[in-house]
Amino acid sequence: MGTLPKWADVVLVPLVSLALAAIISALVILSIGEDPLATLQVMVDGAIGSAYGWGYTLYYATSFIFTGLAVTVAFHAGLFNIGGEGQAQLGGLGVALVCLALPWPHWSVALLAASVGAAAFGALWAAIPAYLQAKRGSHIVITTIMFNYIASAFIVYMLVDVLRPAGQMDPATARFSEGTTLPTLNEIPGLNLIFTKAVPANVTIFVAIAACVAVWALLWRTRLGYQIRAFGKSGSAAKYAGINPTKIIMITMIISGALAGLMAINNVMGESGRLVQNSASGAGFIGIAVALMGRNHPVGVLLAAILFGFLFQGGAELGLWTHIPIELRIVVQGLVILFTGALDQMVRMMLVFVFSIGKQRAA
Amino acid sequence: MTLMKSFLSAAATLALTAGVAAAEPAIIFDLGGKFDKSFNEAAFNGATKWATETGGTFKELEMQDEAQREQALRRLAESGANPVVMTGFAFGDVLAQVAPDFPNTKFAIIDMVVDAPNVKSVVFTEDQGSYLVGMMAAMASKTGTVGFIGGMDIPLIRRFGCGYAQGVLAANPAAKVVLNMTGTTPAAWNDPVKGAELAKAQKAQGADVIYAAAGGTGVGVLQTAADEGILSIGVDSNQNPMHPGQVLTSMIKRVDVAVYNAFKEGVDLVPGINVLDLKGDGVGYAMDENNAKLVTPEMLAAVEAASAKIKSGELVVHDYMSDNTCPAATF
Repeated sequence: MGTLPKWADVVLVPLVSLALAAIISALVILSIGEDPLATLQVMVDGAIGSAYGWGYTLYYATSFIFTGLAVTVAFHAGLFNIGGEGQAQLGGLGVALVCLALPWPHWSVALLAASVGAAAFGALWAAIPAYLQAKRGSHIVITTIMFNYIASAFIVYMLVDVLRPAGQMDPATARFSEGTTLPTLNEIPGLNLIFTKAVPANVTIFVAIAACVAVWALLWRTRLGYQIRAFGKSGSAAKYAGINPTKIIMITMIISGALAGLMAINNVMGESGRLVQNSASGAGFIGIAVALMGRNHPVGVLLAAILFGFLFQGGAELGLWTHIPIELRIVVQGLVILFTGALDQMVRMMLVFVFSIGKQRAA
Repeated sequence: MTLMKSFLSAAATLALTAGVAAAEPAIIFDLGGKFDKSFNEAAFNGATKWATETGGTFKELEMQDEAQREQALRRLAESGANPVVMTGFAFGDVLAQVAPDFPNTKFAIIDMVVDAPNVKSVVFTEDQGSYLVGMMAAMASKTGTVGFIGGMDIPLIRRFGCGYAQGVLAANPAAKVVLNMTGTTPAAWNDPVKGAELAKAQKAQGADVIYAAAGGTGVGVLQTAADEGILSIGVDSNQNPMHPGQVLTSMIKRVDVAVYNAFKEGVDLVPGINVLDLKGDGVGYAMDENNAKLVTPEMLAAVEAASAKIKSGELVVHDYMSDNTCPAATF
């Protein structure tokens, strides 16, 4: 099998994948008698046509950056962390416990403490599958998937039987106190000139960008990052070079879980102000597609996260302005994830074929 | 400065009235789904009835999951929809947060009380309607054991179960009531498979009439009851036609009327608490050609008599939510 030029691998593969997803989505929309172009128009207008739309798109993107980075870090060690969803939900529990524990005086203090809580709970949830992989050889893909279900059931138990305030029917925690409310983009001086209406995107987006830089520095500028990447390329070679596999698996998964958990400061603390069921809303799984599409590089993750933020917000707009039923909106989202995530290799092989024909002609 | 101000306010008024004139009502469905053949579908039918009668259009929205509740509500209010109607108690907490941010938008919530100057809260006396169908269940039962399958285990659903048990014991003091809940999360509103399992389990315990107060989960209960050759009782919508001759009756809760009225009142929606009870035909039992043969004249006479007593206040059905206890059943 031939190889692709780097530019084609980085730019062309995602674009072709997206185009394929768009074509099939258009066919789906056409088959129920709606106009695909008008649908696209609604999505674009609603997600990036106004500062208000951007406020939602960036809010979703913030979550996807965290989960995308979580998958990225693990991927460089050759580990496939499918458990972002559960780790993010546990992170939400960490945030809720921290926010409800004390009457926080100022959001900045609360943000620091809640970040620690979110990261710690997410890391803990990833550490168990990591240990099973490192010590027992249980495949991390299987265990992290399983742990999503355990997390979900555990959260239900916590919300229904432990954290639900007396007299409330809804399985959710109490509202967090005022002191934990993170400033949204429309409340930040300077940015409030752009974002004039209340939007859910909040200061967490700066934490997310900082996390991108930190992950880049970790992977490409530290000894640990080198060890992680070396282990990912070849476990046996790394071991021969004196790198302890158990240590690398544990540390990598703890960092990965902490990143997924950190997502909770965006949605649980920044947006809803309480913990509800399914708080992660599938962002853990979208993180996989984001990381694959972003070629496991923080810059790529950032861009892919914004793209998925657009798709998510655009999809929500479809519910408001069109008559496309919710089931088909989920189908369209699923198609994009399928093509950009799972069928990535198929597109690459197609392109390799096209390029090899081009080369033959040239020769 | 003053001139500028008056200009601005004039422009604002203009913009506001333009917004009001163009406002279309909106409805958000709870997680059971729009076509649950029960609670949400009743709401949808009410909205559709308004649309066909007035020729108007309305916005509708189904959420993907729990976390989207607040955003869905906010986006709908932001889009200029007025009034915004939502089905289900779970919107209560979220609406209390959102309503103050949109003082010019009217909201209506069904099954929950939210105290805000622009919110109309519509609640039903499900205990009364359930009492009546409970009497019918006891009289139709040959084994003396009847069943109740609730959706999510919350005080609201216990109110259904408690009213039902009281009705059963009023008609047959020796009867046994088997009570089950489907789950503790909103997923319990849309789990027909588990509903079917519970119905089978209750039949095994001798129940030959089962009342399902479980939204979309009830579809599985009614199906299983029909398959097993026992009777069932539907809820919220008239579910008698789903299995003609095999559904004893349905406890009707006029969610459709609540939505229809809210849409009809439009931007002039009157805030406050609106209790729809037996007297006001807010709840009741369904009679049609599908169950005419199942309901004997004696049953009808007994239920009508009880109904008249409840309406006159002579008979008071204990409301579980008044003190979280039930004299006729333990949950």
